[in-house]
Amino acid sequence: MRPALVGLALLAAVGCAKAVQVSPAPPMRDELIVLLPGPDGSTGALTVTHDGQQRTLDAPYATARVQQQGALEDGGRLTADEVRQRFAPALGAQPPRPVKFVLYFLDNSDEFTAASKLEIPKIFSEISGHPAPEIVVVGHTDRVGSLTYNDALSLRRAERVRAGLVQMGIPREQISVAGRGEREPLVATEDEVAEPRNRRVEITVR
Amino acid sequence: MRYGFWGLAAVALLVTAGFASADEVGRVKVVKGAVTIERAGSSLPATVGMKLQEGDVIATGRDGSAGVTFNDDSLLSIGPDSALAIDRFAFDTTTHAGRFDTSLRRGTLSAVSGKIAKQSPDAMKVRTPSTILGVRGTEFVVRAVPVAP
Repeated sequence: MRPALVGLALLAAVGCAKAVQVSPAPPMRDELIVLLPGPDGSTGALTVTHDGQQRTLDAPYATARVQQQGALEDGGRLTADEVRQRFAPALGAQPPRPVKFVLYFLDNSDEFTAASKLEIPKIFSEISGHPAPEIVVVGHTDRVGSLTYNDALSLRRAERVRAGLVQMGIPREQISVAGRGEREPLVATEDEVAEPRNRRVEITVR
Repeated sequence: MRYGFWGLAAVALLVTAGFASADEVGRVKVVKGAVTIERAGSSLPATVGMKLQEGDVIATGRDGSAGVTFNDDSLLSIGPDSALAIDRFAFDTTTHAGRFDTSLRRGTLSAVSGKIAKQSPDAMKVRTPSTILGVRGTEFVVRAVPVAP
């Protein structure tokens, strides 16, 4: 890359000299980076580094641009429409966003709570909207009982969810299950404290 | 760390058990037009559901575009005449620590960063022919078009 660039620069220089008229070197590249707001309206940040220079983008639709070696420039703000126009095919190929569901269980049991039973069809319809879906099912318990007992209970809960989804027609191989026992409570408690919000299975559809 | 090494090791075992093989870093979710995966010197036609590995290069033709969901829930998609290399992907499903390096060799990229970038800013990097992007979250687009001299 480097020797080629030097060669091109030399050619350009020779060309300029012959033509007498001095014109700026043609752009060797055209790179554009645009930071976008998320669906919830919040915007993250990007650091852009080029040839020892750095810019931080942290506002919606802020841009950085490189058209000449050694020149990292502020490309100004684009509008949402301009981004949609210029990046339509890439944006249009974005996979669906992963979605997370939480189902709750009765005390010391792999039976769903009544409210969670009603959630299951929603999970099914979310899965139907994902191409080549992957479903990650992770079971949890509250801190009543031993670590070992809760590892087994959490896995049983996760397997119960998988069985329910398989029954609805989701291929079993699309679903992975794991149990994390009482290690990752949603609500921190002392050991041996019963906490319904920790008796749960988290399901990620991606 | 509250549970010590063996606790973490046990969690790691529980979490990795039943998951896809360690080689898989993500899956192709969207394929439109001509899309190929370059792997170990050969070029495979991309299909929806295809598992990707470190070192793969996703390339599109003039009418092509493609989208990939990575194991940390990052979403990367490319437009026509594009090539994206997966240089490095390491993700700990327990701690969410990892490293994610890709290179947009040419074309357009749309990115939504996932758990790796959320857990540690700058653990996700996207290179273009001229720049290095440190990703602190979350959504951005990039165009890297070579200009004919």
